[in-house]
Amino acid sequence: MTTAVQSRTLSISQRIAIGMSALFLGSFIVFGTGLAQDARLHNAAHDTRHATGFPCH
Amino acid sequence: MIGRVLLAAILAGIAAGLVTGVIQHVRVTPLILAAEQYEGMQAAPHDHADAPAAGDTASVATDASAAAPAAAGHDHSKMTGDAAASAGHEHDANAWMPQEGFERTFYSILTRTLSAVGFALMLAGLSYLAQIPITRGNGLIWGVCGFIAVSLAPAIGLPPVLPGVPEADITMRQLWWGGTILCTGLAIWLVVRQSQWQRYLIAAAFAIAPHVFGAPHIPPGNSPLPAALASEFATISLGLSLVMWLLIGLFLAFTLNPSKENAA
Repeated sequence: MTTAVQSRTLSISQRIAIGMSALFLGSFIVFGTGLAQDARLHNAAHDTRHATGFPCH
Repeated sequence: MIGRVLLAAILAGIAAGLVTGVIQHVRVTPLILAAEQYEGMQAAPHDHADAPAAGDTASVATDASAAAPAAAGHDHSKMTGDAAASAGHEHDANAWMPQEGFERTFYSILTRTLSAVGFALMLAGLSYLAQIPITRGNGLIWGVCGFIAVSLAPAIGLPPVLPGVPEADITMRQLWWGGTILCTGLAIWLVVRQSQWQRYLIAAAFAIAPHVFGAPHIPPGNSPLPAALASEFATISLGLSLVMWLLIGLFLAFTLNPSKENAA
């Protein structure tokens, strides 16, 4: 089963390192596209922000 | 190992985001463009005969241009054929914004793809932190959980709205939006990862708390937008979010587990 392999081969510190780096990188991208109030970012992502349900202007 | 996981999540996000972006362009963007004709207009008085009808685009466009001095003379008709007024947002009017037509479409699909990449990375990251691997068997369930936490729960208090609808302070709404996602995500984690029966009570408390606290939402009674347009937009937006999350979960299941024998 794939379920077992992933948890068996990773130490706790490895898992936390992977999890935190993916979480932070993802948060950074989501913040930039969805939440940052910079006018240029807002204008580029305007339609996406509305369509995704991000709070927008 | 970190690089492989990040790459797997980024690829899954790109695939899910591109599909979502194209659907967004076909089904959601026309509604946004239609709504922008009403931006800057006052709510119609109770004389419904004077209220702009959806089919009466020519006069609406003229009215909107006159009512919103910031409206630039972009040609929306390239995209929908029925829109001619530009958005008169309260943001810095001199800031860069994509040209109407191809450039606006390009940036919309790009940013939708980027946000899907961000969500895919966060979902993958959380699966490692919570020690619940995303497998080919549970990928769709992960997607549904992402939809509930990030799209559905916040939409109960702050439904997806079209441009031009009066809204509360943006920072307050963003804080409530983020807090609701955290609380709902925590509730899901409690139900899935804990075993005591009390977890249901604590999870319910976390899930309900943001809604008891109350979203910073202004009732849309004073909006000039046709209700049918707004409801269609909210429904399609939420449906599209579900599609995006299902695809993120499904694609993550495969990119994180490229072969069934050796998932790591």
